[in-house]
Amino acid sequence: MTISFDELNNLQMDVLREIGNIGAGNAVTSLAKMIDKKVDMAVPKVKIMGFDKVSQILGGEEMIVVGILLSVTGDLTGNMMFILDTFAARQLVNILIGSDSTSLSFDEMELSALKEIGNILTGSYLNALAGLTNLRILPSIPELAIDMAGAILSVPAIEFGKVGDSVLYIETEFSEGITKVLGDFLLIPDIDSYEVLLKALGVIE
Amino acid sequence: MDIEIIKVGMADLNSAHHPCMITTLGLGSCVGIALYDSAAKVVGLAHVMLPSSEQAKNNSNTAKFADTAIVKLVEDMVKLGARKERITAKLAGGAQMFAFTQGSDLMRIGYRNVIASKEKLKELNIPVLSEDTGGNYGRTIEIYSEDGRLMVKTIGCGMKQL
Repeated sequence: MTISFDELNNLQMDVLREIGNIGAGNAVTSLAKMIDKKVDMAVPKVKIMGFDKVSQILGGEEMIVVGILLSVTGDLTGNMMFILDTFAARQLVNILIGSDSTSLSFDEMELSALKEIGNILTGSYLNALAGLTNLRILPSIPELAIDMAGAILSVPAIEFGKVGDSVLYIETEFSEGITKVLGDFLLIPDIDSYEVLLKALGVIE
Repeated sequence: MDIEIIKVGMADLNSAHHPCMITTLGLGSCVGIALYDSAAKVVGLAHVMLPSSEQAKNNSNTAKFADTAIVKLVEDMVKLGARKERITAKLAGGAQMFAFTQGSDLMRIGYRNVIASKEKLKELNIPVLSEDTGGNYGRTIEIYSEDGRLMVKTIGCGMKQL
């Protein structure tokens, strides 16, 4: 059996939403620990949408965004992406390294700080998922790219495209003091892993 | 002269008569296939995501796959007055956006999209006049019905005309 997001029922959707909530919550907690400050998180928005809408998530196909991608191996295989616009990326870097720069380009050190943020956020997201499902989930070292939203999002969209015509994404808004940061998580299981995931969660037999 | 601007999304295709410009924004690993019949002044553009409909479970969207999208686009253009034997092609996109060391399927998809597009065009005897493919950056492309020129815009890698 192959499952696509186009065909999920309400219960399965709710479970995936809840994973999104817990994963993003765990990620934000890790961020708070890393910067040693209180970080608030709004309830994440979990959406399943068609390709045509995907690149509008972050303000259009040509909006410059930062994408952090890692692959996942173990019981669950696939990819995970954390994506945010360059303004949000700048704010995160500033919080982490205590800078007040407004530049939208990043030097080597800032890029590696961004990678580390992506590593921690996606890593804690996946840890939450592993804890919930009792599955072994091993993330790779993250890769980072800064380019047009459409181009960055084509990578997860193509993976989703193999099984259906829609994408699962989780939008997270977190804030430290008055600084608000919006970021999106995209969990991209391989075709065979949908079943593994939903089985582990007890949603399908 | 005002020209009509037509936008093609991801896994989408469109064609039209002169005067028009067809564009697709932010091509990454996907490939933009721009077709042109200079005599009829009919242009077409497809934004394909995957190489082949044959391996896919759900292949209802013909614009998603290189093999089926090209066939559909040529058919649409012929309906608008183009002649198949006059159609020429230009290609852009097929980038590898992330520099992964592990050679997973995900990473070679851009390259495979380009190869599959060329194979299908060859099978249909449609010559590829020029291409701007590969690399690790995104592209926005525009094809003009006036002369079939294809403009390729990037962030940080400049603009070129094919």
